[in-house]
Amino acid sequence: MDAQTPRETPDVIFETKDLVISAVRENEPDLPIVKGVSFQVHKGEVVALIGESGSGKTTISLSALGYCKPGLEFSSGEANLLGRNIAGLSTDELRPSRGINVAYLAQSAAATFNPSIRINEQVTEAPVLHGTKSQDEANAKALELYGALDLPDPDTIGERYPHQVSGGQLQRLMAAMALCGDPDLLVLDEPTTALDVTTQIEVLKAFKKVIKDEGAAAIYVTHDLAVVAQIADYIVVLYSGEVKEAGPTDVIINNPKHPYTKRLMAAIKPLPEPGLGEATAADTGETPTLEVRNADAGYGQRADGQPIVKVLKDINVRVEHGKTVGVIGESGSGKSTLARVMAGLLPASTGEVFMNGELLPADLTKRTKDQLRKIQFVYQMADTALNPRQRIKDILGRPLSFYFGMSGSKRRSRVLELLDMVELPSQFADRYPHELSGGQKQRVNLARALAAEPEVVLCDEVTSALDTIVGANVIDLLTRLQKDTGVAYVFISHDLSTVASFADEIVVLYQGEIVEQGPTDMVLSPPHQPYTDLLISSVPETRIGWLEEAIAARHERNLRSADN
Amino acid sequence: MSAPVHHPHVVAPFDENVSFDELPDAPPSQAYRPTLTGWIGIIITCFWLFIAVFGSFLAPYGENALPFPDDYAEFQSPKEGASLGTDVEDRDVLSRVMYGAGRTIGISFAATLLAYFVGVVLGIGAAVSGPRVDMVMSRINDAFLSLPTIMLGLVVVAAVGSSIPVLILTAGMIYASVVFRLSRAIGMEIMVMDYVEAAKVRGEGRWWIITREIWPNARMPLITDFGLRLIYVILFISSLSFLGLGVQPPQADWGSMVRENLGALQYGESQLAVIAPAVAIATLTVSINLIVDDVSAHGGGKLSKRM
Repeated sequence: MDAQTPRETPDVIFETKDLVISAVRENEPDLPIVKGVSFQVHKGEVVALIGESGSGKTTISLSALGYCKPGLEFSSGEANLLGRNIAGLSTDELRPSRGINVAYLAQSAAATFNPSIRINEQVTEAPVLHGTKSQDEANAKALELYGALDLPDPDTIGERYPHQVSGGQLQRLMAAMALCGDPDLLVLDEPTTALDVTTQIEVLKAFKKVIKDEGAAAIYVTHDLAVVAQIADYIVVLYSGEVKEAGPTDVIINNPKHPYTKRLMAAIKPLPEPGLGEATAADTGETPTLEVRNADAGYGQRADGQPIVKVLKDINVRVEHGKTVGVIGESGSGKSTLARVMAGLLPASTGEVFMNGELLPADLTKRTKDQLRKIQFVYQMADTALNPRQRIKDILGRPLSFYFGMSGSKRRSRVLELLDMVELPSQFADRYPHELSGGQKQRVNLARALAAEPEVVLCDEVTSALDTIVGANVIDLLTRLQKDTGVAYVFISHDLSTVASFADEIVVLYQGEIVEQGPTDMVLSPPHQPYTDLLISSVPETRIGWLEEAIAARHERNLRSADN
Repeated sequence: MSAPVHHPHVVAPFDENVSFDELPDAPPSQAYRPTLTGWIGIIITCFWLFIAVFGSFLAPYGENALPFPDDYAEFQSPKEGASLGTDVEDRDVLSRVMYGAGRTIGISFAATLLAYFVGVVLGIGAAVSGPRVDMVMSRINDAFLSLPTIMLGLVVVAAVGSSIPVLILTAGMIYASVVFRLSRAIGMEIMVMDYVEAAKVRGEGRWWIITREIWPNARMPLITDFGLRLIYVILFISSLSFLGLGVQPPQADWGSMVRENLGALQYGESQLAVIAPAVAIATLTVSINLIVDDVSAHGGGKLSKRM
């Protein structure tokens, strides 16, 4: 930079040049995690880093803060923030620029805010601490940001504590915190992944507007291409620490060249068009394999036997043999509770659960071994669902010995058969869960349920923790297994497009009540219930300009409902 | 949205036939390898364990033998035939430290084992039982915890008299309440894991859940805490002995040796008779601590935080 001209923000805010970041290992050569990555972030631009877990996207984004996770180090290359190479600088050297030149937005706002300090104090902390703004100036800036982020009661929201606002609001407040110091660069790490789709749309809109108005540059890290299409100007596709393809958003979305990008695009399941979903026969009169009638359930117990907090109200669900019932709703809608009632983990306070026309005891301890065998549960987090101290062969073998009394070579060969069914190699039998990747663990989780030869498998958000491609593979596997074994699924998810792509019937839950239920085709076809409509219109499409259309449509709907 | 000019479209070279396998999760954690401080702890602890087992055979003199029967004097300085000098009754300090090692470590180890057996069985039992049973057990345990340990020990020993079995029982019971709390907390933490719920949904009985799902996962933190607890019991037994209520003379034990030789500090020709057993207590407890810290640091510091 010419020394004569006043300091001005250069056009290139951040760039990496052949950046290599490695894991330091004892007695072994360092293991590169990021293998020579180069890209630039220009002023006023949003650059998205996309890839699955393990692709190094978060590690690269943190290099913009000059930070490496413990056990990693900058090996070579440059990470230039405003023209200064910050790779390998000490914390003391980096501190003046953090919060001022560059700010970081984490995935979980709930974990980022201190629960016992008022919001405003936390939002204004960075610029006041760095001395770039007085408390009054910072307050004024925060107030302006609250308004720009469409937060309710912008004048008073800063006086509240973090637990007094909703998750979506807290996420936006975190954006205010990051932007309060007028940073040149904003690093956003999966900022909407933990949010419901209906909330995500508001947050995305607010982020987009604020980044544009403030003229900040941003690095947006995510695995969700649909979100990226809405917010990014430029996309960097990463796989295994290498750039596979990079280019302007419209090129990457509409005309991907690299096979990996093509695979990423192919893994996205678009919402089926109404009328194109699988046609489902009307009530066949057949006895359903699992049926929930007039069930209420909740937590805590009042003197009259009713729960203190009612989570489910008057639920009726029929699961036919070999069919899939999709249960969708936002967090807190009671969809997981429904699965727990079916499994008997949480006895219904009123109402009954039937299996093949036979009344099941509400409490699982009173169910017979055979009744238990016929309903199996697959959990969301494969990490906690598999005992870390048991080998895969023991995890899969236990239901075999427990329900069928198998042992020795018979059990061993059945375990291998099960591994084969879920497309895992037989040598995995002797491994421990931590030696497997996330998707592989989820397959073991599924194989354990199938080992019991159940009639119904309850799948609680089984793909939510997985990357797009891995999740799509698990869905394909579920579909194939249903064809082969005739098992019925209750598939619980907050992701409408995943549910719609393979469920025969959909149940829409809202605040513990069923607002709509019926064959997938029917639920997706208009006229919709207002809530279903909101859900359907909130599912992001991998199409540039979708966000603006969705917001306009939502706005119009609100106007119409206000008129009525 | 128009494409910014300064961003070219870059495509990495590729081979159509290469498939993109799922990337592995973080590499599995490495097996525990002691660091330098860990090794120091291991070496000193092993040294004392060796002395505890074989000390009575290797000691140059008997526990109460006089090395210089013709030249009786208390607190003699180290010399030929008594490398650490003599104590208040002119006995060989080195031999008594070696005899005392077996007694101090043996009693403490037995007491800690007892504390662990009682504490873990009841603690894990409370964790898997219903909230009512857990409530009753925890409140009774809280009452025990509220009693000052040394006072409780003093009262028991004063009431029933001091003998080695009484010492083991007393220390074991006092520390069982601490172990109860820890194992209950660890058990509770594991009880809410999905794999335990999966076992319940499968219809597994309580015994399976305790032995196959909870114990294998609770084992490591509890074993690490065992070392730490052993230190407290050694200090407790030594304190009781120092107060004269532990191991009774003429039997040697590090705590009672410090007490009976206290006079050396004031008027002894050599102070080693009181320093040697004190150093023995210090080196043993510090070295066990070094091992525990090293193992906890390997586990990401989670274990030390929980204690």
